[in-house]
Amino acid sequence: MADPKTLQYTAEHEWVLVDGAVATVGITAYAAEKLGDIVFVDLPKAGSSVAEGKVVGEIESTKSVGELFAPVNGTVVEANDAVVASPELVNSDPFGEGWLIKVEYAELPALLSFDEYSKLTGE
Amino acid sequence: MTDHFQDRHIGTDAAAQATMLAAVGYPTVDALVNAAVPPSIHVKPLDGSSIPAAASERDALAELRRLAGSNRVRRSMIGLGYYDTITPAVIKRNVLENPSWYTAYTPYQPEISQGRLEALINFQTMVSDLTGMATANASMLDEGTAVVEAMLLARRASGSASNVFLVDADALPQTKALLRTRAEAVGIDLREARWSSSGEAAYRDPADGFDTPSAAQPAFGALIQYPGASGRVWDPREVIAAVQAQGGVAVVAADLLALTLLASPGDLGADVAVGTSQRFGVPMGFGGPHAGYMAVRAGLERQLPGRLVGVSQDADGHPAYRLSLQAREQHIRREKATSNICTAQVLLAVMASMYAVYHGPHGLKRIAQSVNIRARLFARRVGVHGDYFDTVTVPVPGRAAAIVADAGERGILLHLVDDDTVSVSFDETSADGSLDAALDEIFGLDASTDGPVDGQSWPDSLTREGDYLTHPVFNTHRSETAMMRYLKYLADKDYALDRGMIPLGSCTMKLNAATEMEAVTWPEFAGLHPFAPESDVEGYLQLIGELQGWLAEVTGYDSVSLQPNAGSQGELAGLLAIRGYHRSRGDLERTVCLIPSSAHGTNAASAVLAGMRVVVVACDDLGNVDLDDLRVKVAEHAGDLAALMITYPSTHGVYEHEVRAICEAVHEAGGQVYVDGANLNALLGYARFGDFGGDVSHLNLHKTFCIPHGGGGPGVGPVAAKAHLAPFLPSHPMQQRDLIAGRSSSPDGVSRPHTVISAAPYGSPSILPISWAYVRMMGAEGLKAATGAAVLAANYVAVRLREHYPVLYAGDNGLVAHECILDLRPLKEATGIDNNDVAKRLIDYGFHAPTMSFPVPGTLMIEPTESEDLAEIDRFIDAMIAIKEEADAVAAGVWPADDNPLVHAPHTAQSVIEGEWNHAYSRELAVYPLRSLIRGKYWPPVRRVDNAYGDRNLVCACPPVEAFA
Repeated sequence: MADPKTLQYTAEHEWVLVDGAVATVGITAYAAEKLGDIVFVDLPKAGSSVAEGKVVGEIESTKSVGELFAPVNGTVVEANDAVVASPELVNSDPFGEGWLIKVEYAELPALLSFDEYSKLTGE
Repeated sequence: MTDHFQDRHIGTDAAAQATMLAAVGYPTVDALVNAAVPPSIHVKPLDGSSIPAAASERDALAELRRLAGSNRVRRSMIGLGYYDTITPAVIKRNVLENPSWYTAYTPYQPEISQGRLEALINFQTMVSDLTGMATANASMLDEGTAVVEAMLLARRASGSASNVFLVDADALPQTKALLRTRAEAVGIDLREARWSSSGEAAYRDPADGFDTPSAAQPAFGALIQYPGASGRVWDPREVIAAVQAQGGVAVVAADLLALTLLASPGDLGADVAVGTSQRFGVPMGFGGPHAGYMAVRAGLERQLPGRLVGVSQDADGHPAYRLSLQAREQHIRREKATSNICTAQVLLAVMASMYAVYHGPHGLKRIAQSVNIRARLFARRVGVHGDYFDTVTVPVPGRAAAIVADAGERGILLHLVDDDTVSVSFDETSADGSLDAALDEIFGLDASTDGPVDGQSWPDSLTREGDYLTHPVFNTHRSETAMMRYLKYLADKDYALDRGMIPLGSCTMKLNAATEMEAVTWPEFAGLHPFAPESDVEGYLQLIGELQGWLAEVTGYDSVSLQPNAGSQGELAGLLAIRGYHRSRGDLERTVCLIPSSAHGTNAASAVLAGMRVVVVACDDLGNVDLDDLRVKVAEHAGDLAALMITYPSTHGVYEHEVRAICEAVHEAGGQVYVDGANLNALLGYARFGDFGGDVSHLNLHKTFCIPHGGGGPGVGPVAAKAHLAPFLPSHPMQQRDLIAGRSSSPDGVSRPHTVISAAPYGSPSILPISWAYVRMMGAEGLKAATGAAVLAANYVAVRLREHYPVLYAGDNGLVAHECILDLRPLKEATGIDNNDVAKRLIDYGFHAPTMSFPVPGTLMIEPTESEDLAEIDRFIDAMIAIKEEADAVAAGVWPADDNPLVHAPHTAQSVIEGEWNHAYSRELAVYPLRSLIRGKYWPPVRRVDNAYGDRNLVCACPPVEAFA
């Protein structure tokens, strides 16, 4: 599991882990807790292109539906099949096994730091 | 002294009301309601009323008998999706006429709903077995709307870029009419198709004639009627494959009885199957209510509209049913929902499923065979060859009208196809040959040609293979004793109004009086085909006309249509009327619908289906529409504003003070005001939507006007409007008479196609005598007294519980309307106990929980209604106070946060008897928190149900018996 302090964030409650030209994207523990028991995850296919700020997937709990926004422009290189098969991973390990997609990008937009995101959620 | 029905309907008498008024601090009920309702909207005295003075129960029944006597029940062989059927008396008495089934609510609280959830999963299993599809939902409103929903599903699920939906030329006429209304609103292009089993097709625009066979028409989906409206049975496999090859979704509308003999839609390769379960023991009722159905192939489950029952497990790991995939629905997804339909037709789905349980696969097949044999014998005598199941189309050149008239004189209704053709549909009631002699005389046939028939009346490729309905539940309850006990066994698991109060906010769970229910099953109301001749249904037309007039009067509108089969459909009809009005004036660009953030999600879902764009208006901290934000949004959309949808009193249970100003702001900008009538029970007799600015509203007869909830349907959602919208209210191409007042006031004098919302012309007429009887027995004064009692009860609850739980919103003078919202978020903060724990603990105390987390997460919304007496209201209040004390004990450390009677609630008998008791609280406290429960307690059959487990492991058919070992 990634250390939340080292990750970058969006205001839509996604975290981004940068490794070279590939960004791994998930939703934060705060978002997973707010959604409740997650039962279904719909992710973009590998190879599809995504645009920053656009809805690319859905995260559905027993009582709510959250949208997954692409944090960067780029191309999906991998979607996490394990999460599709076992959506509860997003609850149990949001910063690790519960990652959602990996996106190859050219340029990283301005993202939030851990402290900035923590201020946003008030936690 | 005369017995007044009003005193039976309203639970609190003068002495009780005096006690409650003292607690609330008002001298009279009138003083209380007049202080709560803003003075600017108080109703002015009417010059005369169309509502007669209250009748006694006995007199109202006598009047209903006279109305019934004006109907004439002839034997229907009309077909077209409605067939006479024999309702097994054990099902009529133990389900349809049993308050344990008809007074239950939608099974949102699964722990107290296991009986009807099991009945519904039987329904789903029955439908998925017979249709050969992977997953069926827990019913649709009728076949026509099921086809519409299938069309919308096809558009979502299809990979095709086409905007065309193909419609079988041999589809039911009412289905075609519904499709026209609904496709037009969302911009779908309909094309009719004549197919042959070789896959050849001819298409047409509805306006033109058929083209010659052409290359395959690109389409996102296609509807195939199976068997066709004409009775024709043909093999659509090639057509289905061709539709799918182009990325389209193949929808088959299939007759469930025919499917006991014919290859299933699944065998044919269909993606979606739809239809009605009416002929499985549910009376025709002049059009409804009946349960439609929808089933889909694997992979489309999440696209299903409406309710879906699934199997999960409870806190002890035992199997338990609950509604699954709730997040698809409009209370969560709002304008992105799969459908605007909330309610189903649960009571009728239960009846149809029990018909299958009682007859079993062999019994159903025997019924189908005897119907088919009777049709074949007739076809042979009349000299018709062809492929059919139960409907024989007979060429009678030039004589069709004379034959239909002759049949009518002999008490038989045939379908006039055209001048040269009639059709004859056989059903369970004519399968005994009881109409054969009359038919022979009508058609001039020689009965001596009769003899055994062999073979089959359809292509070999369509003979059904393989078993169905093999689950033990369909093969066990053959004797009436067994059936009666199964129904009792299921009913005993559930909590309905016959056990105690159901204080669900925004649901109005008031009394469904026995006298109101009486007429529903009378043959003169139950036995009529929706397309019976006008002269056969005079009693019905009078009843419908009177009820429409009464509803118009109490809401301050000019015209009412009773056609919509649910509140959501009434909403859609109202918005379509607004749309039609703007378009008739050339205002094509007026498509923006303003919806407050506090509105029920259905509002937004309906707006989208009426071709509108949703713009959200903010609410202030008190839950009222933010007038400043409204003015900003109105100004922004001055050119394209179509409507504002507002609920009054608001979904927060308060009378908004500024409602007049809100309506005026919208009108000034050229918009129309839609007032959602869900909370009409707080207003009747004190204020009228039409007086304070509403242009159109829907009402819920199943809330305010006593139609029982049936465990999640039937509903009736009339739409009421001012005269300028009357030309655009729902009507029907096959209606016996246009009963909408004010039709002649069409602004442009243009005749336009019918706006069709339900399959039958008057929706669900057989339950309208319930609301008719309610108004007739209450009179205008009684209706007003009911409102007063309801508002008093809600304010009494708010006052008594306020010191234990904060009341979230209040209006003028600190008063609530007919319901109040308790904020449980501070309790969770202080004790860790949340609103779900409180709701489940109420079950241990013998109550149905209030509405949870609507309209505000973390709250409970309580609506006691006028029908509960003071003792029951106090019992509920005392339970809530006792539960608060239990939560405080958790906070004080008396019990651990993870081991206390709240987080483990509800407690089954098994959970306190079996094995060692290792909890921090006693067994007695678990199940008998009050001593009074010892002598009469509702025992939940399962513990808290795990919703996530069921949604992650979706199972929507009967689990094997071993699962319950």
